[in-house]
Amino acid sequence: MDPLLLAVYVLVFPGFLFLLAYAFFLQFVDRKVAARMQNRVGPPLLQPFADFIKMLGKEVIDVKGIDRKAFDFAPILALAAAMTAFLYVPVVGNSPLAFEGDLVLVLYLLTLPTVILFVLGWLSRNVFATVGGVRAVTQLFIYEVPFFLALLAPALMAGTWSISEIVAWQQTHLWFAILQPIGFVVAIIGLQAKLERTPFDIPEAETEIVAGPWTELTGRRLALMHLTLDVSLVAGSALVAALFLGGPMVPWAITPDWLRWIVGFALFLAKTLGVLLVLASIKVATGRIRLDQLNDIGWKYLATAAIVQVALVLVMNYWWVSA
Amino acid sequence: MPEVEVPIGPHHPALKEPVSFKVIADGESIVRLELDVSYNHRGIEKAAEARDFVRVVPMLERVCGICSHSHTTVFVKGIEEAMKLTIPPRAQYIRTIVAELERMHSHLLWLGVAAHEIGFNTLFMWTWRDREAVQDMLEEMTGNRVNYGTNEVGGVRRDLTPDVIQAALKRLPTLEDRIAKYANMVNREETMLLRFKGVGKLTKDEALKYGTVGPTARASGVDYDIRKDDPYLAYAEVPWKVITDDHGDVYGRTLVRIGELQQSLNMVRYGLEHLPAGPIRTAPPRAAPKAEVLSRYEAPRGELVHFIRTNNTDKVERLDIRTPTLANWTSVAVSLVGQNLADIPVVVAAIDPCLSCTSRITIVNPKGRTTGEMTWDELRDHGIRFYRRKGGF
Repeated sequence: MDPLLLAVYVLVFPGFLFLLAYAFFLQFVDRKVAARMQNRVGPPLLQPFADFIKMLGKEVIDVKGIDRKAFDFAPILALAAAMTAFLYVPVVGNSPLAFEGDLVLVLYLLTLPTVILFVLGWLSRNVFATVGGVRAVTQLFIYEVPFFLALLAPALMAGTWSISEIVAWQQTHLWFAILQPIGFVVAIIGLQAKLERTPFDIPEAETEIVAGPWTELTGRRLALMHLTLDVSLVAGSALVAALFLGGPMVPWAITPDWLRWIVGFALFLAKTLGVLLVLASIKVATGRIRLDQLNDIGWKYLATAAIVQVALVLVMNYWWVSA
Repeated sequence: MPEVEVPIGPHHPALKEPVSFKVIADGESIVRLELDVSYNHRGIEKAAEARDFVRVVPMLERVCGICSHSHTTVFVKGIEEAMKLTIPPRAQYIRTIVAELERMHSHLLWLGVAAHEIGFNTLFMWTWRDREAVQDMLEEMTGNRVNYGTNEVGGVRRDLTPDVIQAALKRLPTLEDRIAKYANMVNREETMLLRFKGVGKLTKDEALKYGTVGPTARASGVDYDIRKDDPYLAYAEVPWKVITDDHGDVYGRTLVRIGELQQSLNMVRYGLEHLPAGPIRTAPPRAAPKAEVLSRYEAPRGELVHFIRTNNTDKVERLDIRTPTLANWTSVAVSLVGQNLADIPVVVAAIDPCLSCTSRITIVNPKGRTTGEMTWDELRDHGIRFYRRKGGF
């Protein structure tokens, strides 16, 4: 690829600039939909952006005795990880950065913000933040295993570790949401837990531990961490859309190229919004469960379901795909 | 994890009013709980001694923002008993209607708060929307949404016109539908069941031992309701039944409150349809004869007691208010031990605490087993020392 085009891809579209705009838009849709379901009015379109700008300008308050550099750096690292993860997910066509194994990289990068949240909680020297941070990693160990297993299943069936290749496989076969319905459900639940949304907002349970690891974050640190969550929401829903809903591809060839890209982009928007609507409905329809209850549900049901799905894929691989 | 001390309060997002729990937790489970109430002493009892019966009623209405009608009714009921007045039935019915509407808005508010404590904000938004209908009714009937100003010694201050009665009756069916929906939801919504069932368990024996009242006691199977056991206002005439439950946990308390919502709605409807004709007040004498009255009332949160001593003047000599929250506090500290840290907000909320109403001061000398008094300056110095010693908490 032409270096200039690559730079445009990474920095403008569908890279960082689009990503940030879309992250704010998804946050708006999420809040608006939830508000309408709860009989509220909800925020105007540019509210997430306004919140971000306002928070950037707010004073940064340092807690006595914290490691300031680490506190400044951690949100930036989290944001960088989430934004990088998005570059490997197909948006209009295959990502030019795609390589064999980028699925593993994306999963790793999407886990980083949670780990950083734990570090922030630990560094805060505040009992609420520490408890919240410990809850965040405990929860990580519970949902991450079924989530990874669920995302592993499409890779197994398509026989590749590249997200773009998995999308291409679905172009010629069926969506993985149809082939692996159990895995799809587990992936949606895992994504909800990853983004720490109700019923999995245990680490930041407002009524119990104030704001968990977020308690001592102020000003631009808080703004960047919020943005990280929004970007993770985009990356996560795009990942699920790519792995289970066929990504931006259609089964038949479209010419010319520009039309193919527009169709692909429209499909990307529709599918990520669809995933978001499901996530928002879950958020609105549930209360927060307890950590020990999540432990039960996660290991008893989610992990089992994910393992069953992987076993089914292995059987199907043997009888059907290889045939 | 080793034992950590989690300070909850006096300022905390889960608390709407100041109270302080020092929770000693081992990881996520609670080992011990140290409770510190009384952060908002307002001196209402003392102030009541300085006002005559006309002026003391509006002040007592402001003891609590939710049970405003309860505090005035229990007080005027006591004074009327001391004066040996007979209140016209129409006034009794109007008081009953307002009291039951107050119970409805209080229970709807509680349901929303309990849902919010477990992060279920949708139910919170919905119940508070439906609560608006109740408050609109109250506003149409009394002119106010919160402090109704309905009661006075001798009767009520405002009559219900046929228009108002019709408007209120029209609102009831929608409200009934919504309450039925919540009753259904509580039994079926999975996360609510997970968070409510088996949490904050209180057996019948414990409920009696720690002197719980109201929905907290009734959810543990204690059949205790002042409206039935010591009928006042129109409760002896209006058909209704006491709601009890055997779960003894937060789930049981939710079921009791939803059952009471349905009962209250029926009582309001019966009251509006069978409102007796006649005057709404009798003229009371200015002064009350020397008497001691213990006036009891079933407030939305439980048994509310006013002890009133009168002495042939137009003021009370002594007024002692025992709010239901005070009776229920000890049960919270007991039922929380061994529970999960995450359950504190919902268990505390389950008794529907009203903290500022609970604030009292008694100076006790534990060695001599005597009580004493403090002057204003001593009290002020004590307050400053107290906060300084506790580092602001």
